[in-house]
Amino acid sequence: MRNLKSNLLELIRRTSAELPDDVVHTIARSAKQEQQGSNAQYAMNIIVNNIDMAKLKSAPLCQDTGSILFFVTAPKGFDQLAFEKAARDTVAEATAKGYLRQNSVDSLTGKNTGNNLGPGSPSLHFHQHRGSRVDVRLILKGGGCENVGAQYSLPDTRINANRDMDGVRKAILDAVIQAQGKGCGPGILGVCIGGDRATSYVHSKEQLLRTMEDANPDRTLAALEKDIVVSANKLGIGPMGFGGATTLLGCKIGLLNRLPASYFVSISYMCWAYRRQGFVLNSSGKIVEWLY
Amino acid sequence: MIQLVEPFTEEKIRALKQGDMVRLSGMVYTGRDAVHKYLHEGGKPPVNLENQIIYHCGPVVIKEKGKWVVKAAGPTTSAREEPYQGDIIEKFKIRAVIGKGGMGPKTLEACKKVGCVYLHAIGGAAQVLAECVTEVVGVHLEEFGSPEAIWAFRVKDFPAVVTMDAHGNSLHATVLEQSKERLKQLV
Repeated sequence: MRNLKSNLLELIRRTSAELPDDVVHTIARSAKQEQQGSNAQYAMNIIVNNIDMAKLKSAPLCQDTGSILFFVTAPKGFDQLAFEKAARDTVAEATAKGYLRQNSVDSLTGKNTGNNLGPGSPSLHFHQHRGSRVDVRLILKGGGCENVGAQYSLPDTRINANRDMDGVRKAILDAVIQAQGKGCGPGILGVCIGGDRATSYVHSKEQLLRTMEDANPDRTLAALEKDIVVSANKLGIGPMGFGGATTLLGCKIGLLNRLPASYFVSISYMCWAYRRQGFVLNSSGKIVEWLY
Repeated sequence: MIQLVEPFTEEKIRALKQGDMVRLSGMVYTGRDAVHKYLHEGGKPPVNLENQIIYHCGPVVIKEKGKWVVKAAGPTTSAREEPYQGDIIEKFKIRAVIGKGGMGPKTLEACKKVGCVYLHAIGGAAQVLAECVTEVVGVHLEEFGSPEAIWAFRVKDFPAVVTMDAHGNSLHATVLEQSKERLKQLV
């Protein structure tokens, strides 16, 4: 595909320096809800300034440029190996340019590879579809928020959660309590009910590809998503855990079937620096649409 | 808003209370995992840390035209330094620790004993905080790698919230207890 590397480089730059409009609007709205003169308002004002400044300077809005997660949906016959090579080359280039921090460490030796390349980095998820377009999405997810993600296996006696929607709700709200401000809240939750331990976490991250406004087509889940945000915001944890009105900006929940013996609830916590972007390429490799 | 300007005397620090919003001006020294382990194991500090401020930060600093320029300088998670921080505060008479996410009881106890506070910076705000660094005065222990070195930064109007004060109060503990109580009403 022509220009794939330059297109991917621009995708990485944009994702690292600019939050998508739907996230910016949600943050701006929440900032207004914090009490005048409170610690929470102080934090939200700095967050809003930082979003503007990073865009203006074309610089990483958070220095932890995070795990590099590509989600690609492409037609039959699409060359995944060529895409993977282009993505790897571009990640190294984006690191050299300072769009990404040197962020990939060998788990045995502790050595930083210096170019963000290594086993598992970047992480690429491919899906096929019947159409002709190539849909490429990128999420950058920092370590602070990744560390407060959680997976529950229901029933869970500690939180008195059974294998039902009430149990799922208890698990999600417990994850919010455990996270407090450590995940750089206000946060956005990607949740998966079901799956095995691995597919469940992947699907929870895929929920973070949805926009803030997007309502779940399933009525039960749509209601739960709303309820989680309202309930979490009653906890008063607030931005950075300073106390305040906004603990969560959003919650997106997906489903996978499960084994009769398993019932996982997997929660990926995304920080306010919710870096996601994507584009659609036509069959000649031209960007025809930016997705967020 | 409290202007916290150096010299950072014990008196100024003890006057701060949980929840105070500050704008900090003066010297701060970055130190994260490698530096804390080094100091805790008896390593000699390359600068006199008495009455100084430690910042949990792995900045992105590059050299432009022979001068250091700070490209990003937000806080990193402080909890990782909990095993070391209290002892280091006591040993070197540190007056403040800047970071994010808060710290535990050992650090809180040392803050009380020595007259030190925990200043919570805004996680993720790498650009706003980089702008507050007016001068890179020096770099020490560079052998730990750039993000892990001790960077001596002069900052102006660096925004933070006192979440742990020198009187045994922790906003983190308060918010945790309060949120747990509220959860009981919701489930």
